[in-house]
Amino acid sequence: MHALYDLAVGPLAWLAFAVFILGSVYRLLSMRALAFKKDGAFVAYISWPHAIKSLAHWFTPFGALGWKENPGVTAATFIFHICLFLVPLFLMGHIVLFDTFRGWSWPALPDGAADTLAIVVVVICAYFLWRRVSVPEVRFVTGPQDILVVSLVGLTFLTGVLAYHRIGDNLLVTTLHILCGEAMLIAIPFTRLSHMLFAVFSRGYIASEFGSVRHAKDW
Amino acid sequence: MSTIADRLIEDTGLRRGVSRLTPEKIEKVFKELVAGECGARLKTYVETCVRCGMCAKACHYYMSHKDPSYTPVAKVSQTMWRLLAAGGRVDPQVIYECAQIAYTECNLCRRCIHYCPLGIDTGYIISVVRRLCHKLGCTPQYIQDTAHSHSATLNQMWVKDDEWPDTLQWQEDEAREEFPGLRIPLDVEGADFMYSVIAPEPKFRTQLIYQAAAIFNAAGVSWTMPATPGWDNSNMAMFTGDSEIMSRVERAHYETAQRLRVKRIVMGECGHAFRAVYDVANRWLGWKWHPVPVVHSVEFFWELIQQGRIKLTHKYADPVTIHDPCNIIRGRGLMDKLREVVHFLCENVVEMSPNREHNYCCCAGGGVINCGPPFKNVRIVGNSIKAEQLKATGVHTLVAPCHNCHGGLEDIISKFGLGMHTKFLGDLIYELMEKPEAE
Repeated sequence: MHALYDLAVGPLAWLAFAVFILGSVYRLLSMRALAFKKDGAFVAYISWPHAIKSLAHWFTPFGALGWKENPGVTAATFIFHICLFLVPLFLMGHIVLFDTFRGWSWPALPDGAADTLAIVVVVICAYFLWRRVSVPEVRFVTGPQDILVVSLVGLTFLTGVLAYHRIGDNLLVTTLHILCGEAMLIAIPFTRLSHMLFAVFSRGYIASEFGSVRHAKDW
Repeated sequence: MSTIADRLIEDTGLRRGVSRLTPEKIEKVFKELVAGECGARLKTYVETCVRCGMCAKACHYYMSHKDPSYTPVAKVSQTMWRLLAAGGRVDPQVIYECAQIAYTECNLCRRCIHYCPLGIDTGYIISVVRRLCHKLGCTPQYIQDTAHSHSATLNQMWVKDDEWPDTLQWQEDEAREEFPGLRIPLDVEGADFMYSVIAPEPKFRTQLIYQAAAIFNAAGVSWTMPATPGWDNSNMAMFTGDSEIMSRVERAHYETAQRLRVKRIVMGECGHAFRAVYDVANRWLGWKWHPVPVVHSVEFFWELIQQGRIKLTHKYADPVTIHDPCNIIRGRGLMDKLREVVHFLCENVVEMSPNREHNYCCCAGGGVINCGPPFKNVRIVGNSIKAEQLKATGVHTLVAPCHNCHGGLEDIISKFGLGMHTKFLGDLIYELMEKPEAE
C-alpha cells in the first residue's frame, strides 16, 4: 500500500498534471485551429466586448434567464463550482504537500472551513446524481459518462473528507483520494468535464453573434 | 418515457425519402457532411454539453407537454448524438425520426440559448440535422414543395413571372380608387428603397401589398418593387437544409436590389425571411455584412414615425398585446422599436410575460408551419403555453409583425377559443393613418 501511495504522490501525480495541462492546451489549440479552418463565417463575428458583457451576466448567480428559471440547479451549480476550486487550491494538506515536494506555499483556508466546503461538494454531487436518475428531463439524456464524471468528482471529495476525519484505513483512503483526484484531472480535457476549458468560448461566441449581429441579449 | 418513435406521423415525403435509403448510404452522406461542413461549433457543443437539462423550460414544446423527449437537449440526443454515436450508420427509419424532430418539433427559435450556461446553439445543431435529411432526400412533402418552387421560380408560391407584375398592377388599380395618385413603382432605378415581400403576399394576402402602397404613398417616400424574379424575400430552402437553393434565392434578391441601385432593401412583416436575408444567406454567399443594407418593416415604420411621415387620425382604442417574433427580436433586437411603434398606434398595450428576447415562439416558425397539414395539430398542441400566455392578457387584439407568427397564433387562438384577432403593424397603420387623398 505504501508503494501505491508513493506511486500516487510521485510519478502518477506528475503524469496527471502533465496530461491535464498538456491535454488542455492541445484541446484548446486544436479546437481553435478547427474553428479557423472550418467556421470562418462565424469566427469573423467574434466580439470580446459582447462576450465579456454576456459572461458577466452568466457568472452572476441568477443573472441570466436560465439561472432564474432553474433556481435549485443554479444555487447548487454556483456553490459547487466555487467550492470545487477553493477547497483543492487552499486546503492546508495540499499546500503542505506542495511545500514539502516543491517548496511552494500560499495562504490556506482554516481546516474547519475547508472541511465544511468539501462536505458541501459531496452533498451537491449526490444532488446532481439524484437529478440524473430522478428528474425525467435529465434522466432522458443521461449516459454512463455523465454518471461517471459526477461520481469521480464526488468520490475525490468524499475520500478527502474521510481521510481528514480519519475514517477507515487512513493510508488506503488517502491513496484512493489521490488516485481519484488524478483521474479527475486526466478526465478534464477528454470528457464532458472539458466544459471547464470550452465554456467561456462557447458562451463568448454565441454572445458575440447575439451582440454584434442580432443586437439582442443572450442572457 | 416516450420518444420520437412513439409519435411518428405519416408524411409522404419522409416515407418516400426513407424508402430509398440504406445504412451504408446514410453513413456515407453523414460522414461527408460532418467532415465537409461541420467544424469546431458542432464539436464543442456535442462534447461540452453537460446534459444538465436546464434548457427544458426554454422550449414551448416541453412547457406545453411536460414530456422530457421534447426538451432541446433531448431533441439533440435523439438526432445528432445518436447519429454521431453510430458514426452515421443507422437504420433508415432513424432518419425518419430525425427528420420529424428536426423539421417539425424545433422552431429554431433560439430561446434555449438563454437557458444554457454553456451557450450551446441547439438551433444550429438541428439545422445540421436538417441539412443531412435534405442531402438524404428526406424532407416533409409540403415544405419540399415550396423549396422546389424556389428552385423553379425563385419564389415560394409558384408565382409565374407575369403573375407578379400583374398582381401589383391589380393592387395599384384597386388602390387608385381610394388614392387617385397612388403608384406601385415597378423597377424604378435609383429609388430610395426596394420593397420586398414574401410570395404568400401576392398569392393570398394581396391586401398587405395594397396597405403598404397606401402607407408609402401617404408617407411620400421614394420606393420601388422589382418587376423580375428576386422580389420574393422568403426562403424555405433555408429551412429544408438546401443551402444551394437558399443561396440562389438570396443572391437573386440582393442582385435585384443592386440592379435597381436602391440605397437599401425594406422587407415586409416577415420574420424567417429577415433571418434568411440578414443572418444566414449573406454568410453562405461570402459577405460578412450585406451588399445592400437590409431593414425590416418594424424598423422602417419606426423611422417613418420618427420623421413624422405617418400621421394618425386617432389611436387604436381597444387594448392590444404584442407578440415578439423570434427572428426579428432574438434575430435583430427590434423589441424596443416594435414597442415604440405599437405605443404610437395604440392607446392601451398589455404586455405578455415573458416577452422581448425571452418570448415564447409562435410554434409556426423555423419552417414548421410549412411542413403542412400532417403536422398541424402537433404544433398547435405543442404551443398551449403560448395560448395560456395570450389568455392571461385578457385582450382581444394581438399585434404580430410576422407572417408565420400570424399563422401559428391564429391556429392556437382558434383551437383554444381565445377570441382574439391578430394584426400586422401595416393593418393598424393603414386603419389609423391620415389618408391624404381619401375624399
